[in-house]
Formats: sequence, C-alpha cells, structure tokens
Amino acid sequence: MQAEPVLVAELIEVCRATIAENADHLCALDRAIGDGDHGTNMRRGCEAVSAEGESLSSLPFPDAVEKIGLTLVMNVGGAAGPLYGTLLIEIGRELRKSEEKADFSLVLKQAIDAVAKRGRSHAGDKTLLDVLYPVHAALAKRSPLGDVARKAERSADRTAAMKAMRGRAAYLGDRSIGHVDPGASSCALLTTAICRYLGERRPDE
Amino acid sequence: MNGKTANVGIVIVSHSPLVARGIADMVRQMVGDCVPLAWSGGNVHGDLGTDAGGILKAIEAAWSDAGVAVFVDLGGAETNSEMAIEMLGLPRSALVSICNAPLVEGAVIAAAEASGGASLAKVVATAEELSP
Repeated sequence: MQAEPVLVAELIEVCRATIAENADHLCALDRAIGDGDHGTNMRRGCEAVSAEGESLSSLPFPDAVEKIGLTLVMNVGGAAGPLYGTLLIEIGRELRKSEEKADFSLVLKQAIDAVAKRGRSHAGDKTLLDVLYPVHAALAKRSPLGDVARKAERSADRTAAMKAMRGRAAYLGDRSIGHVDPGASSCALLTTAICRYLGERRPDE
Repeated sequence: MNGKTANVGIVIVSHSPLVARGIADMVRQMVGDCVPLAWSGGNVHGDLGTDAGGILKAIEAAWSDAGVAVFVDLGGAETNSEMAIEMLGLPRSALVSICNAPLVEGAVIAAAEASGGASLAKVVATAEELSP
C-alpha cells in the first residue's frame, strides 16, 4: 500500500461515485427489509469524506484511512456508520502498526474481526460481513482483483437466501429471506469499484 | 446538568428526536434537576436515525463522576452509542453503561434510582430488571 496522495484522492472519488450511482438501488433494497435510507446515508458519508479529500491526501496513508473511518462514523449514521467506520479505523491503525511490511490481507482480517465484534455478528447473519469475509479469503490466496470483485458480488447476492439475525431486518425474521442485504450490497459495490480502479491503475497486480 | 452532582447521569438515545426529547421531558418531570440528563435523537440532519457524534455530546452534557447510564431504542442506536462511548476515551468510557432495558420505563426508573444517589451498577441493574 503506497501513500500516494493521488491514490487516496482517487479512491475516495471512485467510492463516492459508485455510491452516488447506486444510492437509489441501495435505498430500494433497504426499503424491503430496513428503513429505506441506506443509500442516502452512504451517499452523505461519502460526500463528507470527499469534502475532506484535500486534507486527507496530505496525510500518511494509514492516518488518512483512519480519518475517513471517523468521518463515516460521524456522517453515515444508522448501524452502517459505526460498522464501515470501525472497518476503516482498524485498517488505518493496523497499517500504522505494521508499517511498510504490511500484508494487507492480515490487516483486513483484523479489521473485519473488529467489525464483527462491533456489530456482535457472525458470517451468515445477513450483513456486510458476508461480503467482507469472502473478500478477505480471496485476497489471502492472492486471487486476481477481477476475481475478488466477482466474489464480492456473488457473496452479496447470496445474502438473499439468508435470514437476518442482526440489524433492523432481524425484526422481520423469515420475511427477510429473499432480499439482498443492503449493507452487503454496498460493500460489494465498493469492493468492485476499488478492485476495478486498482486493476486499471496497476494491471500487473 | 453539570458534573458537580454525585448522581448518575441519564442519556436517552432514539432514532426519533421527538421520542428522545419526549422521554427526557418525562424523566425531568419525575426527578427534577437532581439528575444530569441529556438526549440524542435522529441523524446528523435531524431526520430519523442515530448519530455517534450527537450521542457523544449528550454523554458529555449528562456527565457525572458517578457515571452515565445510556438508554437506546433499536440496533443502530446501540451500535452508535458504543462507538460514542469509545470516542469518549478512557478513563471516562469505563463509567458509561448501555442499559438493556425498555427505553421509556427503563429511563424513568433509572432516573428515580439515580436521584436517590444510587451507584451506576445499581441504577443499571434496577433498569435491567424490567427486561424479560
């Protein structure tokens, strides 16, 4: 992971644009099993991060990631704010600890575990964890970026068959079955956008 | 609402600003000014939702050296409250408890208990007795 300012700024823009394009879709998914505002909340969070883009770009990469996480906590709201916030705050902290020799898949694993702890959720509970764990598994075995993205999308689709155990959807019980989880979906969209960007930027990896 | 009182503080967190404020009004009527009290309701724009930054401010507003008991409604309120408590940082974060209790009844009975000078553990236990 390099601390190039342009990379941070471009990644922020890639994520903001993806969420903006899909905000209505995410809201529609959330209307089915939640309160219908996941797209709006995520868009607000991404715009807040984007507004800080310039100052974030001047920070060392781990500090920038941690600060993005904090901005998401303060602006996304709902359960998604603390969950995405925890993911990025922990990635930032772990990267800082491990300095240049960071194995990103290990860093990601620790951050995902922190998200699971924050939400008191497990794989199979129909949450964004059902995308994060498979993404980690793909990265750990060094799958090509295109495969990581496809795995994220398929994993999000698979949440449709699951019964929600956490979050607002859990109140619906069996009625949550048959709908893709909005958090898993936003997570897959972001993963896909980041993989595509990194693939275009550094096609050799 | 200051840190000088020895009584445990109470914080109400709801997805709805109206609910949070309404419960705070009920609590205030029950116990008067002898318990530090604050609420946070809605997201950063005041729409339905919860906001970690707002909850953090509420905990600071209701701060008591005897501790603060936090009452939440649905899932996001709890997750955001936990995040806010972490952001408060040690040593104060160790003095804040989220109660597993019904929002209205829990907050009212906790405030009544707190107004008598009960410890944080006692206030939390009394409120949590209401949960099935």
